[in-house]
Amino acid sequence: MTINRRTFLKGTAATASAGLFSSSAWADDPIGVASIHDLSGGLDIYGKPMVDAITLAIEETNAAGGLLGRQLKLVNYDTQSNMQLYTQFAQQAALKDKVAVVHGGITSASREVIRPVLDKFKTLYFYNTQYEGGVCDRNQFDTGVTPAQTVEKLVPYAMKKWGKKVYVVAADYNYGQITSQWVKKYVMENGGEVSSIDFFPLDVTNFGPTISKIQAAKPDFVWSALVGGAHISFYRQWAAAGMRASIPMASTTFAVGNEHIVLSPEECNGMLICYNYFQDLKNPVNEAFVASFHKRFGADYPNITELAMGTYQGFRLWAEAVKKAGSVDRLKVIEALETGISIDAPSGKVTIDPPTHHCVLDVHIAEVSDKKLKVLEDFAQQKPADTAAVCNLIKNPNDNQQYVIKI
Amino acid sequence: MDLVALLAIQVLYAIASLALISVGLAIIFGMMRVINLAHGEFLMLGGYAAIVATNHGSPIWLSMLVVAPVVVGVLGVIVERTIIRFLYGRMIDTMLATWGLSLLLVGLTTAIFGNTTVGISAPLGSIQIGAYRTSAYTLFVIAVAAVVLGAIFAVLRWTRLGVIARGTMQNANMAAALGVNPPRVYAVTFGVGAALSGLAGAVLAPVSGVFPTIGVAYVAKSFITVIGGGAAILSGTVSASALFGTINQIATFVTTPVFGEVALLAAAIVLIRLLPQGITGRFFRRGL
Repeated sequence: MTINRRTFLKGTAATASAGLFSSSAWADDPIGVASIHDLSGGLDIYGKPMVDAITLAIEETNAAGGLLGRQLKLVNYDTQSNMQLYTQFAQQAALKDKVAVVHGGITSASREVIRPVLDKFKTLYFYNTQYEGGVCDRNQFDTGVTPAQTVEKLVPYAMKKWGKKVYVVAADYNYGQITSQWVKKYVMENGGEVSSIDFFPLDVTNFGPTISKIQAAKPDFVWSALVGGAHISFYRQWAAAGMRASIPMASTTFAVGNEHIVLSPEECNGMLICYNYFQDLKNPVNEAFVASFHKRFGADYPNITELAMGTYQGFRLWAEAVKKAGSVDRLKVIEALETGISIDAPSGKVTIDPPTHHCVLDVHIAEVSDKKLKVLEDFAQQKPADTAAVCNLIKNPNDNQQYVIKI
Repeated sequence: MDLVALLAIQVLYAIASLALISVGLAIIFGMMRVINLAHGEFLMLGGYAAIVATNHGSPIWLSMLVVAPVVVGVLGVIVERTIIRFLYGRMIDTMLATWGLSLLLVGLTTAIFGNTTVGISAPLGSIQIGAYRTSAYTLFVIAVAAVVLGAIFAVLRWTRLGVIARGTMQNANMAAALGVNPPRVYAVTFGVGAALSGLAGAVLAPVSGVFPTIGVAYVAKSFITVIGGGAAILSGTVSASALFGTINQIATFVTTPVFGEVALLAAAIVLIRLLPQGITGRFFRRGL
């Protein structure tokens, strides 16, 4: 058909009015909350429960009327266990989606990749995974446990139970390298010795020679800071070599990916772990939370992990701060959080520690027992002492780095 | 002394696993000059077949030693009839076609099984060697590798099928003139190669777990072994696995798994530089 002035005007009028419709659909824009987690690849065992938890949290908040009268919208990114996608999606969330807050990052490597990106583009960042401590950045809040809260308790407990000689196996990136230094520090402080620290890249599955080396060293127990799907084969091969009965194990990462459910009881019974949250904690807030979680995701959900609770708590803390500040503006929310916001979470009371932007929370030591986690001992309200020793954001608000422990 | 025995078992295990994952590719590449980039995915599918069969109640030995090879062998025959059949003699085209096939298989498996690692416990428990313990399953893998290599030798040397296969590979037209059906021989050989890959994947599944992209780790090592081995199928695979497996395992024991892999790759580079036709280009030339 020929384009004459009449058809041209008709066409442009139609498209322009269509555009008008789509933007005037809501009077108030929803508040964007970005979730950047690995939902596929070797790290999906960690990411999926975290995204489920934040989905539930946002649905709960929206059902209660939203925040500041506006609904919340979850912008979900799957980084596929690929570091490049973390940078890409962090930029996209900050610049294209212009979200109010980013909850994301699982491995410490991914956190250190998106932290500078979100700093540069001035988007608030919550890192909800347990890690090696030391991050000092006004734009970031950390709700995960750090070595001074867990390792400091678990090392003397394990040494008292099993003995003083420790062999450490750790994942070969910043988390494994720094956490193994913390383990060494606490072992030496309690009068023990570390026979060796071995590092393994995330895709190694052949642990045969390592298991022989551990046997040759004859430690009293093994400490594992292994991470990800491929490293699960260490526990399999360890049990296959008959070592589970002779040398016990403690870990700072086991069960965070529901490894105790993937493996059989013969492969991991007796392992000691120490975290902030366990699904079987007995308090009314947790029982209500588990009930609504199972209602949303099915009663046969494997296990609500520590990282899932970290994400849920991180979101709740942010929501409290938004209510207190009366706005989603980044600096106002940061100032509200720095007044020491506290929530009654399923894991107990969780409070932001203003100088470090980390959290004061309860931790518990538990034992793996027949695909369940049996809580053995409780420690209430542990402060993030490791980060507090090096970081004070009230005095130095422009501090922007991760401090690494030196022994 | 016990440590030496333990190390020796682990070196044998490394050689056996390298030989197992390479022999399927050696048959397909060595006999038909088809570069099968989907080899890693055949291994992965063998692992999944064994795990699915075991989770549905089949005894683990049956799933590993019978179900997995049969499933992947049938798949191999189908692939040969539908894709490879048209590409004999066109090496680059077979690379492209099998690369596409590998992407398809990875995608299908991810869609069906998801991206999480699945696994089964290694059966057989552990054995004691002096003061050390090791998994008895490693001995089983070594035994399977020995049996497989022995069976291939027996078939190629002493059975009519072996003679026909070797003859067809050397000169298809002459074999056809003597009454052999080359397309059928090719299909059977590809199927057998695929079945052996499936068996290898199934046998190694309890050790490392299976996930859709595990083929990537296997395909590189098997290609290195096959090309390092050279033209002869059996003696090439055995000699190359022996060399690389020993270097890899000793380097891993002395340092870390990372340097073990680096040592294997460095050895491969040196070998290809010194012996461009592979080991059997120079030694064991008249072997099978």
